[in-house]
Amino acid sequence: MKNEMKIQFSALSQNESFARVTVAAFIAQLDPTVDELTEIKTVVSEAVTNAIIHGYENSSDGIVYIEVLLDEDTVKLTIRDKGVGISDLNEARQPLFTSKPELERSGMGFTIMENFMDEVEVISEPSYGTTIHLTKFLAKNKAVIN
Amino acid sequence: MSLNIGLEIKHTVLCIRLDGELDHHTADELRSKVDDILKNKKIEHIMLNLEGLDFMDSSGLGVILGRYKQIKSNNGEMVVCAISPAVKRLFDMSGLFKIIRLEENEEYALQTLGVA
Repeated sequence: MKNEMKIQFSALSQNESFARVTVAAFIAQLDPTVDELTEIKTVVSEAVTNAIIHGYENSSDGIVYIEVLLDEDTVKLTIRDKGVGISDLNEARQPLFTSKPELERSGMGFTIMENFMDEVEVISEPSYGTTIHLTKFLAKNKAVIN
Repeated sequence: MSLNIGLEIKHTVLCIRLDGELDHHTADELRSKVDDILKNKKIEHIMLNLEGLDFMDSSGLGVILGRYKQIKSNNGEMVVCAISPAVKRLFDMSGLFKIIRLEENEEYALQTLGVA
């Protein structure tokens, strides 16, 4: 069965927690493991934080868009901003690379997304924004407890 | 959801106990509270107890690494203890354990820093 939801919110840091908790609550219906849920909450936090800090450069006028599509045991997340975009995607995806070291960014956001999800696709164009597609296949053969 | 930050000074060790969620939003508050103490008190080492930390992302790694650099520049040490498997994964992924020592619990962590 397919099921989908969309949310959009102001690019404010206090909405990072709202975003990951809301996505996790929607995905809970697929009965993911605790680890899977933690991984999804973490990648939502990474992508939304990127949109706020990098995409909109901390301007709260921006809007962050999230779409979640559940299809059988597959979770598809799309996290989008209409911000400044990324000029060099290869560089941005390198572990420990950050364009904002003065803000003490760890440069681990994309690395964490790649480790925690099965597929990561980043589409970005300078001055048009960034869209991140994240796909995770939930473990199907769970132990059934009666 | 937010972060409760417990701060205590034992001799010259700053004990930081985190309870809740450490993300970009809460990292800013942690940074300013810790920096305020580092600026005004004589602190040699940092002991970071993560027992009550339910969630952390790469912003948490960034703020921890930033405090490590500060304490390291004064030849001090940072010790982390009571870490959950989820948080440990992020530390492993970023290589933080190569520079920050991990101990099982706070009592032992403080002992290794010379605080009984």
